Amino acid sequence: MPVEFRADLHIHTCLSPCSELTMTPARIVERAASLGINIIAICDHNTAEHVEVTGSLAKKKGIRVMAGMEINSSEEVHILGLFGKLTEALNMQAVVYENLPGQNNEDVFGMQVLVNEDEEVLGFNKRLLIGATDLSVNRIVELIHSFNGLAVASHIDREGFGIIGQLGFIPEGVEFDALEISYRTSRARALEMFGLYKHVPWITSSDAHSLEDIGRKTTGFVMEHATFEEMRLALRGTEGRKVIF
Amino acid sequence: MELQEIIKSLSLKVENPSVDLNIEVKGAYVSDMLSDVIGNSKEGFLWITIQVHLNIIAVASLKNLSGIILVNGRVPAEDTLKKAIEEKVPIMTTPLPAFDLVGMLYSLGLRCR
Repeated sequence: MPVEFRADLHIHTCLSPCSELTMTPARIVERAASLGINIIAICDHNTAEHVEVTGSLAKKKGIRVMAGMEINSSEEVHILGLFGKLTEALNMQAVVYENLPGQNNEDVFGMQVLVNEDEEVLGFNKRLLIGATDLSVNRIVELIHSFNGLAVASHIDREGFGIIGQLGFIPEGVEFDALEISYRTSRARALEMFGLYKHVPWITSSDAHSLEDIGRKTTGFVMEHATFEEMRLALRGTEGRKVIF
Repeated sequence: MELQEIIKSLSLKVENPSVDLNIEVKGAYVSDMLSDVIGNSKEGFLWITIQVHLNIIAVASLKNLSGIILVNGRVPAEDTLKKAIEEKVPIMTTPLPAFDLVGMLYSLGLRCR
């Protein structure tokens, strides 16, 4: 019998330069647990280096962590890649890193802090994680699928970095598994604005950059277990599974 | 002003020379955000951008623009060029950055109105 799990699939950690330094994996997990969230996805800008540590912390609290990454395309469109296995996310990360020019400037963009379970600083990511990759939207979606991942168009209601703002409309032949409506826009308003894209499943999430942001919007996944493959089935609406937003 | 004339005086490279370039250019618009171009460009305008995605051709067709100039040495993506030929949208390139190119277009008398 499918049951509903609450998911916040777009959370940044202190590895994202624009995120608050208090966004450590430990505190994110604690906050998600206190809010009764069952599934979170760690989606830092162009990196998945905080997925593993968050996953092991979350296990102890009974929260499921999906491996994710928010990739910035050459057109400056943000796309979430969600993966069932850490190795798949890291394979995607390798391609992203190969196609991500530039070095971070901490004074301008912020620190990119890598920490462990105990919030001890392990180092700083030197890459320009906030930057755009040389990969097109079409290529990124293809790559995510080649690593068995789910491709989600980030915050399509945001003018900057949203696919509709940047590219005018969702390109033909680009097969998103879901579209994310940001916390800013209600479902009713989103229906007025994006009714054209109702054939693609919609989710909403917090896009949290600070601890207070976590869970400000969540999506319900009605499914058998809190697994990645069940989420895929829920997005497709297979056998009683569904997505509630 | 004729598109041909602009191409000559600014030494633009036409990426799809098979299309008809005897087109009247009525003005110009500069933007890299396609939603903005849909909202604010007008029929017969030239569009100056760095975006090379396939969607630029659809936007140019939708708005009946007179052509697209890709600046800063950008070249159209393969599928973009193919679509530009199909849809008969002139697509030009230049090594100049947008600022310089737009200055020259302005000197030639083009305006955004």
